Amino acid sequence: MTVLEARAVSAGYGAGTVLRDCTLSLASGDVLAVVGPNGAGKSTLLRVLAGLLRPRAGSVSLDAADIVSLSRAAIARRIAVVPQILDTLFPFTVREIVGLGRTARLGRFGGASAGDAAAVDRAIAELELGPLASRRIDRLSGGERQRAVLAMALAQEADVLLLDEPTVHLDPGHQIATLAHLSRLARTRGLAILAVLHDLNLASAVASRVVVMDQGRIVRDAPPGETLTSELVAAIFGSGLEVVARNGSPRVFPADRIRS
Amino acid sequence: MRVATTFVALAVVLVLSIAAGILVGSVPIAPGDVLGALLGSPDVNGTIVRDLRLPRVLGSVLVGGSLATSGALLQGLLRNPLADPFVTGTSAGATLAAIVAIALGLSAPLVPLAAFVGALVAVGLVWRLARLGGPTTVLTVLLAGIVLTAFAGAVATFVLVASDRLAVHLRSVLGWLQGGVSVIDSGELAVAAAIVTIGLAGAVALAHRVDAYAFGEETAATLGVDPDRTTRAVLGATALLSGAAVALAGLVGFVGLVVPHALRFAVGATHRRLVPASFLAGAAALVLADLGARTLLAPGELPVGAITGLVGAPFFLALLVRSRRVVV
Repeated sequence: MTVLEARAVSAGYGAGTVLRDCTLSLASGDVLAVVGPNGAGKSTLLRVLAGLLRPRAGSVSLDAADIVSLSRAAIARRIAVVPQILDTLFPFTVREIVGLGRTARLGRFGGASAGDAAAVDRAIAELELGPLASRRIDRLSGGERQRAVLAMALAQEADVLLLDEPTVHLDPGHQIATLAHLSRLARTRGLAILAVLHDLNLASAVASRVVVMDQGRIVRDAPPGETLTSELVAAIFGSGLEVVARNGSPRVFPADRIRS
Repeated sequence: MRVATTFVALAVVLVLSIAAGILVGSVPIAPGDVLGALLGSPDVNGTIVRDLRLPRVLGSVLVGGSLATSGALLQGLLRNPLADPFVTGTSAGATLAAIVAIALGLSAPLVPLAAFVGALVAVGLVWRLARLGGPTTVLTVLLAGIVLTAFAGAVATFVLVASDRLAVHLRSVLGWLQGGVSVIDSGELAVAAAIVTIGLAGAVALAHRVDAYAFGEETAATLGVDPDRTTRAVLGATALLSGAAVALAGLVGFVGLVVPHALRFAVGATHRRLVPASFLAGAAALVLADLGARTLLAPGELPVGAITGLVGAPFFLALLVRSRRVVV
C-alpha cells in the first residue's frame, strides 16, 4: 500500500530548478535506493519527500493528505529522516541524541512517558549502542555517530524512513550490517524505506527498486536487474564501469585498472 | 546523580551569594543588625540594607540569571557557543530603547518594558537581515547583529548628547552603560521581575525544542519542531530576559557567554537541565560580581561590567583552550 507519493514534482532553490517532473511512490515494505551522479537532485528529492522543500509544481502526499498541509509534528510521527550531517558541537550523550527521536511525541512541556523511554531503549538495543549510551556523541567515531543518528530515527517509530547516504561514514562490515538491518525492518515491520546511496553495489544488493536520477529527472525506477544495466550505467556514469551479474543481481566494477 | 548534586550545589551557592551580598558592603554592618534591618528596624542600617543592598542583590539575581539563560537558548538555537544577547544585537536594541525612554522622561517601571520592546525590535530586525537572500546561518545572524549593534550604538550616542534630561546625568548614564546594577525603585524591580519570570518560564518550556537543534534547523524540523515558530518563541523569550537585564544593569558582558559554556561540562548539553542551571549559576555569578564592584574600591564603586569582563574573559579563554585540548 502506497504511503508516500510524489506526483510530477518540480522543485529548486532561488532561480535554479533542481527537480523536474519527478513521480515516485513508496509503499510499506519497499526498500528504494536512489542513485545518480553528483548534482542529479537525489538529496533535493529526499527533502521534497520529507516536506522540507515545497514543490513548485506537482505535489507530495502522505497517505491521502498533501504534505504541505501537515504540521512538522504530524509529519515527524510518520516520516523519520536520517541526515547526512552528523556534527554537533555540544556534549549530548548517545542516549540524549536517540531521545531526540521522541520530540514529536513528548508532552507540551517536553515530558517523556514510559512509552518514550521504552522506544529509546529499543532503538539503542537494536543498533547495539548499549555500551555507548552514556558516552558523549562528539567523542565517538564517525561510524558510531552514524549508528546513533540511525537509532534516533528509529526511536521516532515512523512508518517511513528516508536516509541520505546512511553508509557513508561506515566501514564495509557496518555498511552491510546497517543495510541488512534496514531491509529486515522493511520486511518485518513493514517500514517504507528510501535511501540515497552512492555505492551502486550496495544499492543493488539491498534495494527492491533502484531509482536512477540524472539532471533532476528520474530516468528509471525498477528492480536492480532492470535498472543497473550496462547501457544505463554507461549512459549515466560514463564508460569506465563494467556491470557483472552476481547471484541474480548486478554488480558494478571499474572496467580497467585506473592507474596509468 | 551527578546532575542532581550539581543542581543542589548551584542552589546552595546562590543562597550563600545572596547572603554575602546582603551582609557585606562598603559600610560595615554587624550580621545581627542586618537581620534586624531585614525585619524592619527603622534606623540608618535598615535604610542601607532594605533600600540599597537588598534591591541591588535582587536586581543582580535577575540580571545574571536572565543573561545566562538567554545565552544558553541562543547558543542552542544557533548551535554556536559564541552566541549571546550581545552578539545578536538584542542588548544594543534594549539599550537604545532604554535611553530613549529615559530621555523622554518615562517613569522608572516603564524602562524595563521599553528595553524589552527595543530588544524585540532588534532581534526581529537581525533575523530579517540574516534571512535576506538566503537561508539563515550563524554567520549571517552574527554579521547582522554586529551591524545593528554599531547602528544602535551610534543612535544612542546622538540621543545621549542631544537630550537635556540625560546631559545632566551623563556620568551616571555612562556608568550604567558600562554595566552597573542600578535599581531605581521597587516598581522597576517588580516590573523587571515579572518580565524575567515570563521569559524564564518560556525558556524552560522551549528547552526540549531547542535540544532538537543538535544537528541543525532542518533536522529539528524532521524531528517535529516547527522552525519558524520555535525561532520566534526563543527570540521572544531572550528579548524578555535580556530587555529586563539591560534595563536594570546596562551592558554586562561575558555572563551570557561563559556561564552556559562552563555548565555544559557539569550538567551536559540538554537544555532541560542547562536552562535552569544557567539561571542559578548566572544569578550567583552576578551577585558575587556586584559584591566585588561595591567593595573592591570602596568607598568608590566599579561598574559590574568591569568585574565580569575581568573574570569572564580569561575564564572563557581557559574554557576554549580546555575544550580544544579535549577534542584534539
